Amino acid sequence: MSVVISELTKIYGEQRAVDAISFEAPKGKVTGFLGPNGAGKSTTMKMAVGYVVPTSGSITLDGVSVTEDPLEVKKMTGYLPEHNPLYLDMYVREFLRFIGSAYGLKGSTLKHRVEEMIETVGLNREKKKKIGALSKGYRQRVGLAQALIHNPSVLILDEPTTGLDPNQILEIREVIKNISQDKTVILSTHIMQEVEAICDKVVIIDKGQIVADDQLTVLKEGMNDSNGIIITFEQAVDRQVFVSGGFEPKEYGENAYLIESDRDDLRAALLKITSENDLPLLSLTKAHKSLEEIFHRLTQNQKS
Amino acid sequence: MISIFLKEINEFLDSLIAYVVIGVFLVGIGLLMWVFPDTNVLDYGYASMEPVFSLGPYVFMFLIPAITMKSFAEEKRNGTLELLYTLPFREIDVIMGKFLAGYFLVLFSVLPTLVYYFSLFQLGNPAGNLDTPGIMGSYIGLLLLGGVFTAVGILSSALTGNQIVSFILSAFLCFLLYAGFDSLAGINIWADWSYLISELGIMAHYSSMSKGLIDLVDLAYFIGAIAIVLMFTKLILGLKK
Repeated sequence: MSVVISELTKIYGEQRAVDAISFEAPKGKVTGFLGPNGAGKSTTMKMAVGYVVPTSGSITLDGVSVTEDPLEVKKMTGYLPEHNPLYLDMYVREFLRFIGSAYGLKGSTLKHRVEEMIETVGLNREKKKKIGALSKGYRQRVGLAQALIHNPSVLILDEPTTGLDPNQILEIREVIKNISQDKTVILSTHIMQEVEAICDKVVIIDKGQIVADDQLTVLKEGMNDSNGIIITFEQAVDRQVFVSGGFEPKEYGENAYLIESDRDDLRAALLKITSENDLPLLSLTKAHKSLEEIFHRLTQNQKS
Repeated sequence: MISIFLKEINEFLDSLIAYVVIGVFLVGIGLLMWVFPDTNVLDYGYASMEPVFSLGPYVFMFLIPAITMKSFAEEKRNGTLELLYTLPFREIDVIMGKFLAGYFLVLFSVLPTLVYYFSLFQLGNPAGNLDTPGIMGSYIGLLLLGGVFTAVGILSSALTGNQIVSFILSAFLCFLLYAGFDSLAGINIWADWSYLISELGIMAHYSSMSKGLIDLVDLAYFIGAIAIVLMFTKLILGLKK
């Protein structure tokens, strides 16, 4: 069950919110959908669940077109909207029962699923409360339970971990990772660690256009054109040692320097300097560009 | 549709809306029927339910918009419409569910007035000296009118994200539909068209029903009006996507 988006466009008045984007989210994988604010992430997700009608282009979920058979698509999709709208006057169970019944669950199956979802997302302590009385993190869990209750084959989550505390974030990530094994999951987020923690594939969108679409590992590798080394010592070392060796060290935390150069044998050269000067070396590691830097670079390039 | 209907009914019962609506309707109609000197039947001297049926539409004009004003407006404001639309409901299911829930409340507020019928039945001299067919006709007319008002309320609610705007709009539209056309027809410029214009309004059909005459044309008018207004609602909700 994969999600295929092709040449998808949405125009609001003059603005091209989403501009002919195409990508694919494979089954059994978590696809991270990134982009700065207003890039068109939410619009794309809303189109994928049939809430917003595309101006042109197509979205198919396992061959079923959203525009042609929206009802069928909605049945197999679980969706957590961006601001997680909930009926605040409803009780947690009442709400989940309503959502479940909308998906055609009945009787004991419905009851069973509601309890199972409460267990899965960790709502046990709060299950007897009104949704309006819950804190943001718990509301987010209700939103997630709502999206999962009918065991959908496609899961679309718009910023699922916003407003959660660090422990909750880890728990919810674990939940998403566990359920993603036999589902297609697309999630949007601003948190790069999240992408690194759970996503297999990354699609980055900026100003309605796709600027990157690759496996996370490939993306990180491909972007890693820097040839930097981080060198850490036991105690403070004068940077002059490296300057005299023809390097330009930059401060990189306590007792550490980042050294960049075009030379290929950087590590060997640095080791030589340390041993010659008898410096107490702790570590010598290759500097990786973080996903944050990659994101910044890709979405910044577009603007210029 | 059923799950939407149940959800709406639950919402009415959980909040005070249902109790206030039914309570206010019954107190208002009760006062008009039995207490207020200008309109009460005891002084009037005839065993008739005329006050309920002539003033009922005006009470509905305020109560029904109050019931329906939140139906779509609040969902829009809270963003829950997005949730509703991404569940496997057809648009018409959502509209019908909300319409029927509102209508259900209207039915329940009218139901207790049947007690008045039995009181009057006993008060008549001799007992039972009452225009029963007229009253039955009026009941059917009042319920159908309630249906049209509910549909108009749902439409107004779909037009805006603001409950107050929705309330005022639907009260105005209900008034226009009920009495507006009739009054317009009274302006002395229509010549032969005047009859046709008054026939567009609810009042013409309502008053013919209250004579105890259930004409197919009147029934078709009411049901047609409900259907047309709900179709408009669907159209408007579709446009906003």
